[in-house]
Amino acid sequence: MATVVLPETAEPTVTIGLSPGRIAWRRFKRNRTGVFCFFVSATFFIIAATAPLISLAYGKNAHERYGYRLLDASGYPPPPTGGMSPEFWLGIEPGLGRDVFMQLVFGIRTSLAIALIATVGLMLIGITVGIAAGYLGGRTDYWAGRVIDVLLAFPSQLMLIALVPVVDSMLVGPEEATPTWLRFATLCIVLTALGWAGSARILRSQVLSLREREFVEAAKVSGASPARIIFREILPNLWSPIIVLATWQLPILVGVEAGLGFLGVGLGPDVPDWGRMFLEGVQYYHLDFPYLLWPGLAMLIFIVCFNLMGDAIRDALDPKTKGL
Amino acid sequence: MAEPLLQLTELTKHFPLKRRRVVVHAVDGISLSIGEHESLGLVGESGCGKSTAGRLVARLQEPTSGTVSYRGQDISHWSRRRMRPIRSEIQMIFQDPYASLNPRHTVGTIIGGPMEVNGLRPTERGIKELLEIVGLNPEHYNRFPHEFSGGQRQRIGVARALALKPRLIVADEPVSALDVSIQAQVVNLLQRLRREMGIAFLFIAHDLAVVRHFSQRVAVMYLGKIVEIGDRDSLYERPRHPYTHALLSAVPDPDPDTPRRERIRLAGDVPSPVNPPSGCRFRTRCWKARDRCALEEPPLVRLGGNAEGHLTACHFPEAPTTHGSDVVLDPALS
Repeated sequence: MATVVLPETAEPTVTIGLSPGRIAWRRFKRNRTGVFCFFVSATFFIIAATAPLISLAYGKNAHERYGYRLLDASGYPPPPTGGMSPEFWLGIEPGLGRDVFMQLVFGIRTSLAIALIATVGLMLIGITVGIAAGYLGGRTDYWAGRVIDVLLAFPSQLMLIALVPVVDSMLVGPEEATPTWLRFATLCIVLTALGWAGSARILRSQVLSLREREFVEAAKVSGASPARIIFREILPNLWSPIIVLATWQLPILVGVEAGLGFLGVGLGPDVPDWGRMFLEGVQYYHLDFPYLLWPGLAMLIFIVCFNLMGDAIRDALDPKTKGL
Repeated sequence: MAEPLLQLTELTKHFPLKRRRVVVHAVDGISLSIGEHESLGLVGESGCGKSTAGRLVARLQEPTSGTVSYRGQDISHWSRRRMRPIRSEIQMIFQDPYASLNPRHTVGTIIGGPMEVNGLRPTERGIKELLEIVGLNPEHYNRFPHEFSGGQRQRIGVARALALKPRLIVADEPVSALDVSIQAQVVNLLQRLRREMGIAFLFIAHDLAVVRHFSQRVAVMYLGKIVEIGDRDSLYERPRHPYTHALLSAVPDPDPDTPRRERIRLAGDVPSPVNPPSGCRFRTRCWKARDRCALEEPPLVRLGGNAEGHLTACHFPEAPTTHGSDVVLDPALS
């Protein structure tokens, strides 16, 4: 005779629902490409954050000319590896003899710091303007819309090149040299000021559709204040587009920042920067190709991975729509 | 007669259209009253202004003219702050249970929201009680709206409306987005709440059977106007306005074997509310229309042979018919 043993169900089960955010997280975790790219991107951020520690462990810093004596008479490191050795992992910078690995690591730090600060800044402005225009509507919406039109109509690369020296001269007297931190701040300000319009427009359209939803009316019927409606009812529904927009903006800004460095309006020559490495690499590439290769490879990997991660996040947040 | 809970007087809402300097006459001078514990059904075709009327009562929109008085106070232009003391007394249930719950909040937060706004501290116990009242498992307190079916979501919407212990609920087509089998459950839930809690309802619907089941009095709207209003039985059994008659004759018959009964087919479409017809608004589709209908707007009056409170706006009303079998109730409701 068989006895059926029932599993004990002594504890009452507490049902806890899955929030849309947690469901998206689960979906994201199933996307292998996304998770892989997340780890790669995270590695870049960790490298950027711990650059001084890496420098300590590696035993070199980014500005001393360790390899100067290894350069040949015309200033090139020994070909074909650009002076790669157990001492100089990625070779030696032509001309100055600085360590390429350290240049690259601190270059990541500069690029990511500027891109991150500018992304946060432009998202904050974009969210504020988008919500204000979408929720208040009327005249506010009209004028915000016109400002956005004008900003989007500008050729932003040209504007950046033109604006960086202008902002610089506004902050520093003509005789003084521009301190590095100020140039850093200028870049962040200019990138933020020229970059928020696209996000603001997209978020405005989201708010326009959200504010007509019945749950907003339900809040109004209960007597909720506009602030409560914005922060409790509308904003939680904007996190998905905000995250998607931010992961889309950041790699663009990394590229733009490198572009500015390449065009000579980036940070000064003492600050390691991907853009400036490109600028110099282009001058030397026929005799020292690796010097151009490393920053190119690093940036390619970062931007591709970050974009793929952004795609995976977008798919996880909204599996129904394809494309932003 | 005691003071009605809600009194609408010549309530009008016009929406200006930007381009052509014209207005949409969404609601054009409607007057009605709802007593304590009473349910008034508001029926009409799509676009006749019944939802706008409900939104005016819930103060989601500002009336163009006319007044909304709640317990004798004219609240039609009160600010949000001024409304605060009576906000909790007028609540609303929405049509679309998929749009009326914020997808990012748990059920507990959604139901507790109105309490927070009105300075009551929502307790888990209180919210669980509300869930039980509307027939949901209180353990689902921490779940999110997407985990529920349409009918369950509508119950959450009802619980949210109940959270403030209202005296009047504006139900804007609360069951039209639901399956027929679920409709009956939700209507019966509302019916129970009305009886047990003594809540008055402005019940907006286009389903005549549901309204008959739920409301003691019924108002029929056509193109922004009330064409007929009266007690349920009087209106359903002796409709005097041709439009009401046509609506009632159009109610589908669930039994295919019953002999075909009279049906009135209305020709054409509802005219544009931007430029409503002169005189009687129904005249363009009315089989009885004559010259007088275009010249003179019929007043909403009690006609000879009507019960008290049964008002009709028609120059050439229908004979008071008594064949009540014209209207067949949805069997799920009885």
